[in-house]
Amino acid sequence: MHRLKVAHPERCIGCLSCMFACSRINTGHVSLDRSAIKIKTQGGIEGDFVVVVCHACRDPPCVKACPTGALERRDDGNMKFHEDLCNGCGECIDVCLIGAISLDGDEKAVKCRHCGACVAFCPHDVLELEEVPA
Amino acid sequence: MLRRVLYIDLGKKESWVEERDELFERWLGGTGVATQLLLEECPQGVDPLSPEAPIIFSIGPLNVLFPVVTKTVAAFKSPLTGELGESYAGGRLAMAMRFAGHESIVIRGAADRPSYISITDDDVKIKDATSVWGINATTVGFILREVETGVGRRSIIRIGPAGERLVKYAGIIVDTYRHFGRLGLGAVFGSKNLKALVISGTEDVEVPDPGRYRKVYNKLYGIAVQTDVMDKYHDIGTSININILNQLKGLPTRNFQSTSFEGAANISGEVLADDYLFRKVSCAHCPIGCVHIAMLKTSFASHHEFEIRKVSYDYELIYALGSNLGVSDPAGLLELIEACERYGMDVMSTGVVLGWATEAYERDLITPQETLGVPLQWNNIEGYQKAIDHIVGMPNEFYAALAQGVEKASERYGGKEFAMALAGNEVAGYHTGPASIVGQIVGVRHSHLGNAGYSIDQKAAKKQLKPEEMTDAIIKEDDSRGVFNSLVGCLFARGVYTNENIIDALGAIGIEKTQEDLDDLGNRIFEEKYRFKRREGFDITEIKVPRRFYETITTMGMVDPGTVETMLEIYRERRGW
Repeated sequence: MHRLKVAHPERCIGCLSCMFACSRINTGHVSLDRSAIKIKTQGGIEGDFVVVVCHACRDPPCVKACPTGALERRDDGNMKFHEDLCNGCGECIDVCLIGAISLDGDEKAVKCRHCGACVAFCPHDVLELEEVPA
Repeated sequence: MLRRVLYIDLGKKESWVEERDELFERWLGGTGVATQLLLEECPQGVDPLSPEAPIIFSIGPLNVLFPVVTKTVAAFKSPLTGELGESYAGGRLAMAMRFAGHESIVIRGAADRPSYISITDDDVKIKDATSVWGINATTVGFILREVETGVGRRSIIRIGPAGERLVKYAGIIVDTYRHFGRLGLGAVFGSKNLKALVISGTEDVEVPDPGRYRKVYNKLYGIAVQTDVMDKYHDIGTSININILNQLKGLPTRNFQSTSFEGAANISGEVLADDYLFRKVSCAHCPIGCVHIAMLKTSFASHHEFEIRKVSYDYELIYALGSNLGVSDPAGLLELIEACERYGMDVMSTGVVLGWATEAYERDLITPQETLGVPLQWNNIEGYQKAIDHIVGMPNEFYAALAQGVEKASERYGGKEFAMALAGNEVAGYHTGPASIVGQIVGVRHSHLGNAGYSIDQKAAKKQLKPEEMTDAIIKEDDSRGVFNSLVGCLFARGVYTNENIIDALGAIGIEKTQEDLDDLGNRIFEEKYRFKRREGFDITEIKVPRRFYETITTMGMVDPGTVETMLEIYRERRGW
């Protein structure tokens, strides 16, 4: 399976190109809310940038918490999000301590699929797509 | 596309949104729209620091949708020059305005007590800022960050004590390290009792044809990141010009008494990058990351006790508070830059004012009584620190005069011939030749950025351009920048956004334009700005060029006043004035 790895977070310049790539390529919108990867500041621009994105847990608590089956982990390890099943309850958000899941403007969960679309748009090679065992 | 103008009346404590499709159809966005709103909102002859003087912010159609289109334009009546005030800032403001759903914001009136504006989508609140009045611009950013919402998507713009105290060249700090620096917007905020504006929102932007959009996006991102068109900004940054202009005899030194500085190598971009640079950050949706931040580590006691300050720097700052003041110590230079940052005052104007004051002090036009014992001497960092404190504090008539700008100060104390302003605005750091002088005179905001005359001089030095050719090049830049500033792109990305690429990018989001359309628009925008300037009393034939410009060698050799006169005549003729 593929996993998006935050290889060099200390190289981040806070340009948000990855967030715009995620929403542009996966949703067709120009949006921060619809991006599954999030760049946060820690103490403002003069502090450090923090890259928040799904870590691809082997036994994902978000899948267990989802009451409708909208989040599914397949046998090959890849995640499938059934958007039509998501009721916006936010249970997945509560169990993800790293804060990798959010709701978009349509009250649907936004979660990384580890597609790697953002990787090509990081000018400083902060992000890598790696192959990991399922 | 967004077509919304948010109106906020501070006096009446009201706000509302108007759909102004016609304005954006005709004027595209950014500076094109902001100029029209200024013409609508600003009563003729109004005092720039009165409640009747408006503030306009505007973004354009490409902001946030494409890389490096990161700027917001502010339009106002300048308290420094008394005519068109126009300033640009990056940071996250354009993104925050876009996602809040406001392409333009108009601020009218004045608050009856210290206030700040908090905007979340269409929810606008005018909140009490009494507890943060008087607090420096850096710290007030930390405070508002804690009390306001919208982490990661918001923009916080604020003034420091210089704006509150109406220093005529006070600026606004945007999201840390970015600024509406020039022409006194900070004082306009101060005059309205307005300490800050915080904005965020949760809107999306839907593009009509996502496939076409992605294709054009990929092309532009590729040019910005994978070619060398933006290398200069990404590597050493704009400060690479310190060594270059020094070698070309174009680096203003000690109030333009010289154009090469023996200490240039010590304060060069290369030295700052090697010894002080600790990180680079970027504006929202710019993959370049040109914001260079120096770590200034100063010992304040024995036992290895250090203060750490993080100071952003660029070419113009190093010129203004470095070579122009004979400052050759990089740590001292960074301290002076940081003082201006905290007070929220324009570094370029401050450096030119202090350069004039130092020379005037040397020539006994100013007495030690007037400086309150502060030694205004080249390279005297401590003296300059105190002088900056006094410009903001205005403890006597002399420092109050310095707070009015160099032209006003020289009218009072003499030394007009070396008061380095053109049309009331303290000049930028290029003594490259006639195109720089003419460019700053004719440019809509009397800045090096109106038409980059300094760059035309450098070309002319190589190719022997005639006055006609230099003048035509200025006009071409004047007009094309009116279009680019309506988008509102970062001027560092001019090489990415060629005319063809601008047309492509606009087309990808459903705005079809031809080259002729854009040429016509650029010309009309320029003329509209001049309509405002003339209305407020600007007369290009009355601009006096301080003699110093003709006494110091430039990149193109000594400049003959006749060349400048000739170019101005050609300029007026070409414009049909």
